[in-house]
Amino acid sequence: MATLFRAIRHNGKAAAGLLILIFFLVLAAVPDLIAPGNPATITNDVSLGISGQHWLGTTGFGQDILVQVVHGARPALLIAVVSGLLATVLSVLVGVSAAYLGGIWDDVLNLFTDVVLVIPTLPLVVVIAGYFSHHSITVMIIALVVTGWSFGARQLRVQALSLRNRDFLEAARVRGERRSYIIMFELLPNMTSLIVANFLGAALYSILTASGLEFLGLGDVNSYDWGTMLYWAQNQSALQTGGYVWAAVPGLCIALLGTAFALLNNAFDEISNPALRPVRRLRVAS
Amino acid sequence: MNQPLFNEPFNEPFNEPLNSAANAAREDEPLLRANGLTRHFQIGGIFSRRNLHAVDGADFSIGRNEIVALAGESGSGKSTIARLLAMVYQPTAGEILFEGRPLSGLRSRKDVLAYRSQVPMVFQDPFSSINPVYRISHGILRTLKLHRPELDQAQRVAEAERLLTVVGLTPAAQYMAKFPYEMSGGQRQRIGFAQALASNPKLIIADEPVSMLDVSIRIGLLNLMTELRDRSNVSFLYITHDLASARYAADRLIVMYAGHIVEQGPIEDILAAPKHPYTQLLLSTVPDPRAPLADLAGADRGEPPKVVDPRPGCRFRARCPVAVAECATVTPELRLLGDRHSAACHVANATPSPTPTPTPTVPPTRPVPTNAPTHKDFA
Amino acid sequence: MSLRDVPYQTAPSPLLEVRDLTVEYATATGSALAVDKVGFTLDKGEFLGIVGESGCGKSTLLFGIAQLLSPPAGITGGSVSFKGRNLVTMTARQLNAIRWSELSVVMQSAMNALNPVKTIGSQFRDVLRAHSFDTDIAVRSREVMELVGVDPVHLGSYPHQLSGGMRQRAMIAMALLFTPDLIIMDEPTSALDVVAQRSLMVQIKELQRELGFAIIFVTHDMSLVSHFSDQLIVMYGGQIAEFGDTRTVFDTPRHPYSRGLLDAFPSIRGPKVPLLGIPGSPPDLSDLPPGCRFAARCPSVMPSCTQTGPELYDVDQVLVRCLLHAPGQVSKEEVPA
Repeated sequence: MATLFRAIRHNGKAAAGLLILIFFLVLAAVPDLIAPGNPATITNDVSLGISGQHWLGTTGFGQDILVQVVHGARPALLIAVVSGLLATVLSVLVGVSAAYLGGIWDDVLNLFTDVVLVIPTLPLVVVIAGYFSHHSITVMIIALVVTGWSFGARQLRVQALSLRNRDFLEAARVRGERRSYIIMFELLPNMTSLIVANFLGAALYSILTASGLEFLGLGDVNSYDWGTMLYWAQNQSALQTGGYVWAAVPGLCIALLGTAFALLNNAFDEISNPALRPVRRLRVAS
Repeated sequence: MNQPLFNEPFNEPFNEPLNSAANAAREDEPLLRANGLTRHFQIGGIFSRRNLHAVDGADFSIGRNEIVALAGESGSGKSTIARLLAMVYQPTAGEILFEGRPLSGLRSRKDVLAYRSQVPMVFQDPFSSINPVYRISHGILRTLKLHRPELDQAQRVAEAERLLTVVGLTPAAQYMAKFPYEMSGGQRQRIGFAQALASNPKLIIADEPVSMLDVSIRIGLLNLMTELRDRSNVSFLYITHDLASARYAADRLIVMYAGHIVEQGPIEDILAAPKHPYTQLLLSTVPDPRAPLADLAGADRGEPPKVVDPRPGCRFRARCPVAVAECATVTPELRLLGDRHSAACHVANATPSPTPTPTPTVPPTRPVPTNAPTHKDFA
Repeated sequence: MSLRDVPYQTAPSPLLEVRDLTVEYATATGSALAVDKVGFTLDKGEFLGIVGESGCGKSTLLFGIAQLLSPPAGITGGSVSFKGRNLVTMTARQLNAIRWSELSVVMQSAMNALNPVKTIGSQFRDVLRAHSFDTDIAVRSREVMELVGVDPVHLGSYPHQLSGGMRQRAMIAMALLFTPDLIIMDEPTSALDVVAQRSLMVQIKELQRELGFAIIFVTHDMSLVSHFSDQLIVMYGGQIAEFGDTRTVFDTPRHPYSRGLLDAFPSIRGPKVPLLGIPGSPPDLSDLPPGCRFAARCPSVMPSCTQTGPELYDVDQVLVRCLLHAPGQVSKEEVPA
């Protein structure tokens, strides 16, 4: 654990990503402290520009943009984290089992993974989300998890395969441990870096795809998520009517949060694979 | 406290009760015996299934309080034998008897666990045989938990520290908290031994335990093995490709080539008068920095074959300097050619063996096994 | 233009002269001294063995000589004079002219050094094309394969189709393509079985006699090189511990480490005696102790050993880095019978 923190501190990318993530976490935790007000309240102060009263202006419905954006952090993070977590759990289950069990199980699980991987994601997500009449966060999460686990499963399977022949796993078997114990407590702890990297990748995928869905109107259109804001902005032709802030700010937040996850993902790749780390150079005398 | 090895009678044609008469007969029985042990692996795709003969018809035994060296090059089958004894693989044919009872009779998890506690294994690579994410005490504590359930947590920790002291890692309390990356290769191998000792075994399978260590460290571990044989009444199957270290540590020697046992017997007898041409070749290539070089010319160029779907005949015939016609058609069997010294070679069998003059050795100083209580008798 | 175009000096000078070579590694906690002021000379056709255990710096020394080090390692001092020119200060282009045609390298594991998806023959062709335009590729490839005793039909084989010994021989054949003056070998026999090791060593020695190249041979197995090398360097903790004629070093090792190393080989013939090995482990190269680096493990340690780092002292033409042999030091050790 200590080595992990040290590694994060030393890695510039990880530090930057962590800072951005913490920023949004704070927004999600205490939105009312930062931007008090009700994001859904429709007023008559329509499409106002930046002012002292409304720091980012108002939407086409008179809602304060800053309040909306700040309150939108919580559902964004919720979706990212929960979908990411569930997708990772599924990846680990399928990928590691395939690698460790081997034989016919490996073939079957691999086939299953490959089939799901090949299905085009966005259309599938649209279909799943469209199938449910009531669009809620839960539906979103289901759609994201179902489509988001397969890539990670392949990665984890490969790493588990490379670890499988290490002597300490055979040693555990020879001393009489059960297979389930070996997978959970001997194999998986050696894959934490990759599992965390997977989680971050899944979170990134979730936030981007969720925003995409919401933009298409398949999210809860009465909410104030960033993607939904974009939906309404487009719906009200914000760009054509001068509502630049309304159109840009939610997109910027999505991009920033996504970048945070991407930076951390890259950093964890480097942490778990020393070969990817930047190499120190000596001041060479000759 | 002598725990019975198995908890229930197993399915054997002769299901004799475990009375003292039968036990007395078993006293002569070696600790472990292998009869016709064979293991094949299927290689090739669906359309060209072929059999790799890793081990064929191995007959050998390991007694109590002895170190048996199993020597051979890569592909000889020595690692496969280790894994057969450790129940990692099942034999394709033949059987293994531990204390007179066949391993095939072990059905329940309890039985298998009981066997595993008696026959643990030490691995070759000190850098991959310990789980890097846990402290080094993890493996020892887990072994104690699995095989000595009568101990509670505090007793387990105390026993782990005692084991570390036995293998020479002192002060034990300091080592318990260390991670593997903080320790050298030699120290990690000692932990491997400690883990094997945790279950009070009778036989430890050591798969090339010193091959990946520096030369100056090897002696320390070989000395540890002989010490454990003398003080803790543990037998070893010491797998190696280095005859010199085999001579240093072992009492008996088994030489393997391409899946067959080609020679076995007391190690000094074999080294003094090797009967099989392969043993002679192996002996001639052992470099001794102090001895003058034997003739350089005519160095053997061959390598051990990969044995796939073989025909009968001696597998060494392609490299053998004394091969005769019979060698190509009839597989030689192990024949007793001296006092407990046997070899599988048509030529050696035909030649009357001169009485070997063993090299003078320092007489072994290990104590004759007595019935004195050992640490195992105190649960 | 290669060095062949430069006329050689008429006076015989050593083929290779290494002086005070120092290599450091940049680590998270500073720099580690992997090779500390190592120096030796190598004549034409000479066989030099470098022996040491893990962490002694022998492989780093080898790569330093061949200018194959990459960050975080770097040469921070000294010179490597090959045929009178300092390799350390040469540009990449100048080095390229020398590489393979006059100095070639054989690596430890052929499976790692050979390209697994190309045939042996095509890899020979790559080398030949890279360094010369007028050599007949097919003829030369066959020639070198026959030199090392591998059937030239294997030029069409992939590395995984050959056995371990044959692969190593193919590596050596590749190193001989231009008949260089110096071949550097980094543990070329470690990955092989005992019998194959022995036959490969014999083959290397034969080739050396036939073609007259010099060899620097690095290994951890002292006994292997004992019968084949002319000169022997024993390395410890990044420094030369002992350096001299092979037979002399073996028969009368003067450094306590060399002696301990020799004693750590159980004898296969002769009386069986209990041995001790060398307790302890090699020093941490990023945190070296003051004084002699072997002091912590030395059976003949003296109080001055932890304060003064010994220099290389000449004892009967053998260089020994041990205070026991410092001039003026009364030798307290007995050479074992």
